[in-house]
Amino acid sequence: MSIIENHKTVGSPLSEGAKLRARDVCVFYGEKQAIYNVSLDIRQNEVIALIGPSGCGKSTFLRCLNRMNDTIDICNVTGEILLDGDNIYDPRVDVVPLRATVGMVFQKPNPFPKSIYDNIAYGPRIHGLASSRVDLDEIVEKSLQRAGLWNEVKDRLHAPGTGLSGGQQQRLCIARTIAVDPEVILMDEPCSALDPIATAKIEELIDELRENYTIAIVTHSMQQAARVSQRTAYFHLGQLIEVNATDKVFTTPEHQLTEAYITGRFG
Amino acid sequence: MTDSTMTTRQKVEASMRRRRAAETRFRLYGMASVLFGLLCLVVLFGDIFSKGTSAFSQTVLTTTIEIDGDYLDITPDSSESDIMSANYDGLIKRHFKNDVQPKGRSEARSLFSLISSGAGWQIQSQVLEDPSVIGKTVTVDLLVDDDVDQWFKHEYGNDSGSVRLSEKQLEWITGWIESDALKTQFNTTFFVNGDSREPELAGIRGAITGTLLTLLVTFLLSFPIGVAAAIYLEEFAPKNRLTEIVEININNLAAVPSITFGLLGLAIFINIFGVSRSTPLVGGLVLTLMTLPTIIISGRAAIKAVPPSIREAALGLGASKMQTVFHHVLPLAMPGMLTGTIIGMAQALGETAPLLMIGMIAFVVDVPGFINDPSTVLPVQIFLWSDSPERAFTERTSGAIMVLLGFLIIMNTAAVMLRRRLERRW
Amino acid sequence: MNYSTLLIALLIALGAAYFLGRNRARSLAGQGESMHSLPTHYGALTALWTTLPPLLILIMWVMLEPRIVDALLTMQLPEAIRTASEAEVRLALSKVHNIASDPTMMGQSDLGSVAAHLVDLEQRAAILKGGVILSVILLGVAVTWRRIQPDLRARGEVERIVRIMLFASSAIAVLTTLGILVSVLFEAVLFFQKVSPIEFLFGTTWSPQVALRADQSGSSGSFGAVPLFAGTLLISAIAMFIAVPVGLMAAIYLSEYATSRVRQLAKPALEVLAGIPTVVYGFFAALTVAPFIRGIGESVGLDVSSESALAAGLVMGIMIIPFVSSLSDDVINAVPQSLRDGSYGLGATRSETVRQVVIPAALPGIVGAVMLAVSRAIGETMIVAMAAGLAANLTANPLDSVTTVTVQIVTLLVGDQEFDSPKTLAAFALGLVLFIVTLALNFVAIKIVQKYREQYD
Repeated sequence: MSIIENHKTVGSPLSEGAKLRARDVCVFYGEKQAIYNVSLDIRQNEVIALIGPSGCGKSTFLRCLNRMNDTIDICNVTGEILLDGDNIYDPRVDVVPLRATVGMVFQKPNPFPKSIYDNIAYGPRIHGLASSRVDLDEIVEKSLQRAGLWNEVKDRLHAPGTGLSGGQQQRLCIARTIAVDPEVILMDEPCSALDPIATAKIEELIDELRENYTIAIVTHSMQQAARVSQRTAYFHLGQLIEVNATDKVFTTPEHQLTEAYITGRFG
Repeated sequence: MTDSTMTTRQKVEASMRRRRAAETRFRLYGMASVLFGLLCLVVLFGDIFSKGTSAFSQTVLTTTIEIDGDYLDITPDSSESDIMSANYDGLIKRHFKNDVQPKGRSEARSLFSLISSGAGWQIQSQVLEDPSVIGKTVTVDLLVDDDVDQWFKHEYGNDSGSVRLSEKQLEWITGWIESDALKTQFNTTFFVNGDSREPELAGIRGAITGTLLTLLVTFLLSFPIGVAAAIYLEEFAPKNRLTEIVEININNLAAVPSITFGLLGLAIFINIFGVSRSTPLVGGLVLTLMTLPTIIISGRAAIKAVPPSIREAALGLGASKMQTVFHHVLPLAMPGMLTGTIIGMAQALGETAPLLMIGMIAFVVDVPGFINDPSTVLPVQIFLWSDSPERAFTERTSGAIMVLLGFLIIMNTAAVMLRRRLERRW
Repeated sequence: MNYSTLLIALLIALGAAYFLGRNRARSLAGQGESMHSLPTHYGALTALWTTLPPLLILIMWVMLEPRIVDALLTMQLPEAIRTASEAEVRLALSKVHNIASDPTMMGQSDLGSVAAHLVDLEQRAAILKGGVILSVILLGVAVTWRRIQPDLRARGEVERIVRIMLFASSAIAVLTTLGILVSVLFEAVLFFQKVSPIEFLFGTTWSPQVALRADQSGSSGSFGAVPLFAGTLLISAIAMFIAVPVGLMAAIYLSEYATSRVRQLAKPALEVLAGIPTVVYGFFAALTVAPFIRGIGESVGLDVSSESALAAGLVMGIMIIPFVSSLSDDVINAVPQSLRDGSYGLGATRSETVRQVVIPAALPGIVGAVMLAVSRAIGETMIVAMAAGLAANLTANPLDSVTTVTVQIVTLLVGDQEFDSPKTLAAFALGLVLFIVTLALNFVAIKIVQKYREQYD
């Protein structure tokens, strides 16, 4: 499977009135190029799944969307990514409000070594979102409820967050992200470290969150992509091969590489 | 104003001013801390160097003096002991008395005090070397007293006069300067003499020899014992409570104040085993116990870094555990062990406190010849001199520190180079 | 024979025995015998059995000879001295030793005959020692030589002996701790027989000079160590006040902010500070920093002692900066990147992430590091010995002169030591306190840091 030079993404990567628009995004790690000219639109209130074999650049691309790659010294991004029409890679843009708007949930649950309450309150506190203690309590409760964790933890809000089970920890991290009230949530393989029951709960949650948020999820599992997303983007060796409605990608893929991947010929 | 009507984005934007300022402040604190550390380093080195560089030059007075055999009561054929015991001090005094013509006894005394009390020995050693100079006139560079030395090196030309020298004395000295008799030369005395009460005669050779002997004892004991202990703990020790205690013990011992090792040395080596105090032997014993933890810890790390595949390969060929360790693991771990040992030795080289307890603080003029001669070491010499009020001793202290730092730099560079050169990558 | 000759003899014996053993094994093998082990094993075995026993005997001899000699000499001392106090016996014995080492004094003292006896004893001991060692060497060679037979399992035996030697080496570390504890404890107990522990630990007057007149404060000096503890704490506190914030912030800056170039230059440069001998810091403190602080103090009208606690504490703080920063650096780097990512992902700034996520996560490790640094400050000797005073003031004023436990240990033990005077023994009591406190701090700190490491491993 060689890289197709100047490949043009098949399907419908672009769409009108998108929340996030990526245009000709290339990512370099030092000398090495990891992403080749990716253009993709993410619509308001949709769940888009990014799939592809390991090392295809799907996570790297996701991390570009809220400039998490900035924390890696040697990483360099070209092209533009527009959030509601503003380029987030504009030198004048501060990553802090950007990341408050585009939140992120990571592969491994990473609760802070603080209480459950403080984990959720961390974001609102640093951003000054709550004007009073009561306000903050409300945000914490609402976020935990939305993440479906409230009933499980309401009696032990001041117990350490690290004491929860893996699935609970991941929902805690989602609640933590919601607490900042972002507009877009990026999820980087959020279920890869979880058991099937915990995974099912998270997937259910993603479906509910779609009402209020725009979600981009990187996943290793094609079934998961099929279950939670409306559109699916297939990455291959740093290139965006195909973007289409999820049903279409999994039933009648346009590109032979996509087909090869979903039928399990590699991955 | 965090109004509930504001959107999240607005609230975040509103908080940014304060947060950017906090971020900048925090970053500045960090930068300031690093800079403070570096500044301390620069100030420390600058201070020592500015005080110590002049220790490497010494003022001498060039004069032509007749070695008067009649006055000294010796001839070129006199026995060595007669030549040794002749009154050279008197000769020098007579020479300057005739030369400068001081008025009265007290003036004469203040004249003589300008010349080092070691000047007599200078003439003596010249005569001993070549008795044929007796009766002839020779040109010698006589050491001057430290007050003259300091004035000439630091204040001459400043028009500031001197606290330690009288008007009359300055007049004589200026006379010497005008006739080009006073000059500075490289301070060999500093490197070939032992300690002395007179700054211009005091040198570090005794201390350096003592240091080398002490480190020799330390190395001969701590290296084999440290390596053996590291091998045992890493390769042979059963994983049980006892081994665990030994391990905890070694880690703790590495952090115990060095002065307690001095107490141990005093109470056990000197009082119980009767090792004689003030000697490189007892100093080396104490420093051995002190450096052992460092060597053991680095030795274990070096052994751990040898990949198990090498052990398995050797064991697989039928070598015994002992052969595997000594023939295969140890050679590979050696560079790491040596590096740790050099670092331990560097620590021992700079150590002072425990040596004070075991009498290495004694005033020793002679250069020690063997590990059971009384001696001192360089850091202790620095400690002793730093206490002396004479400005010339301050200068020499800084000079000795520069020599000590020089040794340390050499050792640490050696450790770094060794690590680089012998580093293996598996 | 003196010890160095004997050691050289042992070295020669070591080499000779190795070749003898190896060659015997080779010649046996040459006669068609099938040997159990390699010839080198037989050589090593012979060498070990030839040198180890005499070496052990020699060490015992070194330890025992002075005592036996002194016991024999004591019997020779005049009746009057022998029945007097122990101290006088000891004094007489040391006189005898002095006389014996200087033949010109032999006839001049009433102890001359005892000294002559000592010289005689020493000569006989030397001959005896040489004889015993040489015969043990020969015995070792002979016995092992005869034992070298085809069925002798030399390798196993050599390995067993080597293993015992390895074990003995690692046991030295434990023996050192025990040695420190026993030596300090033993003398401290003697001290506490003369001065009550209550007075020592809670008394507020420290003047260890044994008074000349009975009406001076306590005819045997007074040993209330509280001013010493207070002085130690004051100087350590000043040092920590400098070292902890600077060291910690430097570690944070270097690990979270600095570019790798800056890090590569600044880190080793800071570590140079840790490699400078403490005596150099002491000199710097006493001759540069203390006058400087005094000058500043005078210019603003403050009365600053020339041996102020501030000068010593400040320089000690500088010395400890790299210690704190390299320990904290390890600890901060052990905080998983995922925690930082989580915080950045929520839109936290770097400083918010450091202060609210990294530091709390690293806190146990940092506490451990600070404890190790405190233990270091408490035990530091040279800086305080050179820059802090001897006056046992009980004060919290950093501009005053205070003294510390370590300074007093040095002062009490440098110069003449009398092991029956509370003045000398007091040093060991102080040493005991110092050892226990630092050992406890280290023990807890090392445990904390270990636990912390395991948490993120």
